[in-house]
Amino acid sequence: MLRMIVSGEKGDMTKIEAIIQTSKLEPVKNALHEIGVEGMTVIEVRGHGRQKGHTEVYRGREYTVDLIPKIKVEMVVADNMVEKIERAIIGAAQTGKIGDGKIFLSRIDEAIRIRNDERGDNAL
Amino acid sequence: MQYRLCRGVLFIVVLAFTSNLFALVAPEIGSGADVSARLAKLEQQTADAKSSADNAWMLTSAALVLMMTGPGLALFYGGLVRKKNVLSTMMQSFAMMALISVLWAICGYSLAFGPGSSFIGNLQHLFLRGVTLQPEPDYSATIPHQTFMIYQLMFAIITPALITGAFAERMKFSAMALFMVLWAFLVYDPMAHMVWGKGGLLNAALGGRFPTLDFAGGTVVHVTSGVSALVCALYLGKRVGYPNEAMPPHSVVLSFVGACMLWVGWFGFNAGSALSAGTLATSAFVATHLGSAAAAIGWVAVEWLRNGKPSTLGAISGSVAGLVAITPAAGFVGPMSALVIGFVAGVVCYLMVAKVKAKFGYDDSLDAFGVHGAGGTLGAMLTGVFASSVINPIFKDANGNALPSGMIQGNFHQVLNQLVGVAIAWTLAIVGTFIILKIVDATIGLRVTTEHEIQGLDLSQHGEEGYYWEVST
Repeated sequence: MLRMIVSGEKGDMTKIEAIIQTSKLEPVKNALHEIGVEGMTVIEVRGHGRQKGHTEVYRGREYTVDLIPKIKVEMVVADNMVEKIERAIIGAAQTGKIGDGKIFLSRIDEAIRIRNDERGDNAL
Repeated sequence: MQYRLCRGVLFIVVLAFTSNLFALVAPEIGSGADVSARLAKLEQQTADAKSSADNAWMLTSAALVLMMTGPGLALFYGGLVRKKNVLSTMMQSFAMMALISVLWAICGYSLAFGPGSSFIGNLQHLFLRGVTLQPEPDYSATIPHQTFMIYQLMFAIITPALITGAFAERMKFSAMALFMVLWAFLVYDPMAHMVWGKGGLLNAALGGRFPTLDFAGGTVVHVTSGVSALVCALYLGKRVGYPNEAMPPHSVVLSFVGACMLWVGWFGFNAGSALSAGTLATSAFVATHLGSAAAAIGWVAVEWLRNGKPSTLGAISGSVAGLVAITPAAGFVGPMSALVIGFVAGVVCYLMVAKVKAKFGYDDSLDAFGVHGAGGTLGAMLTGVFASSVINPIFKDANGNALPSGMIQGNFHQVLNQLVGVAIAWTLAIVGTFIILKIVDATIGLRVTTEHEIQGLDLSQHGEEGYYWEVST
């Protein structure tokens, strides 16, 4: 109970999920490091939005690959960083063509550092 | 009673056997007049037996050398690229196995080994005309000419395949194919002819003008491919993202398996170059093995000192560097010289790859120049130093007595001859490759589009993936 009061900053954290082209991971990572983002989680994903897939042919048999490999970058940050991060990701990942990906934002209730039980945006 | 019976039977059997033997031998003893005919027959049988023995080793060697390209080199290079380019890289090696073989049968062999000018063979063996199952005494007196031809083909295959390491991950497949066809005619065939062909300018065994010692292809294979690789890397430019983006090998495991196959296959490459199964093959085999071992130690030692850790990739790269450097020397040098050559090659090639490449900033993606160009040049020069007439009396005076081979034996001139061979190989590789690149660039274009390069060559060039993604069900 006490902890909840102390951590009082509940709700001022945002999760940023950016789905980007695989080739844009390095530029995005660099852009984020430049503006001081310290942590991120990167996941190899497959999926599609409006981008069409491609076909592959093995011994005359055609396979349609419509789930395209993408990279998802996830990070939870203090709210005051969100806009800077959006700009950085768009700046680094945009080519202007279909398939550039999307960014999703959502609110985060709590963050806890397992090592020492720190809470709130201190734990980020 | 039983005992007696047994003895009786035994006696009859022994009698029957010996009388049979006598019957076999007796008539020949009886007609002693044609001893010479029998002797000739015996000699023929001995020659046939030797021929069979040599042929068995040479066919085995040919197969071993093919194994160096596929799967050896294909795995070695395939593991070093990013996973989106694994198939295209392997395909480049495999394409040589098909393409160069057909060219070789049509005219490549003739241009390399036909008796022509000092620089290139003639068209006497066009479509393998005259390449029979009888030996060709100038090249190899004991094996069928066709065995010699197919063995040499395996060298012609792996040499261009080595170059592919320099332009990995960015050259169009069509451009690569056209480049290699032209390269075989313009660079490989002339160089092979000069060093190994009848009447060749550099041929040490058949009285060339500048006798260059190159037992298994230090200049013909490694200098030409390595230097051409550098020209390709410079002409094509860097891969998108190089050197800022990390491009580590996607599977050192594949490279490891490939490198070990290269080591084994190299016994066919070097010991096979004796063109017989005799003692010279053994000598080359031993030198090859020791050169590779020492080079692995040399590379890893420097790496360990500089980076604090001995790496797997360093160990296998070192062994390949040693194999490259010992290639011209095996068959001319003793075991201890091989150790020295190998160790030096391991250290030098490491520095080429880790220091020199970074300093100049060229993108020799898989270090074809750093290992084959540098290692080949080093090996060719050191062959002039360490070659010994005790191992291989290649130079003889009018009475057939062996003359000194290398510098250590007092033949200082040999280092100059080696230099001539190396200089010609460098020049031919630079000029030839540059011209071919210009031609291909002007006609069909060399590089894939940036978009295709980012997508990866497996998909953009071949419509396949090395590691197809599927959900386990």
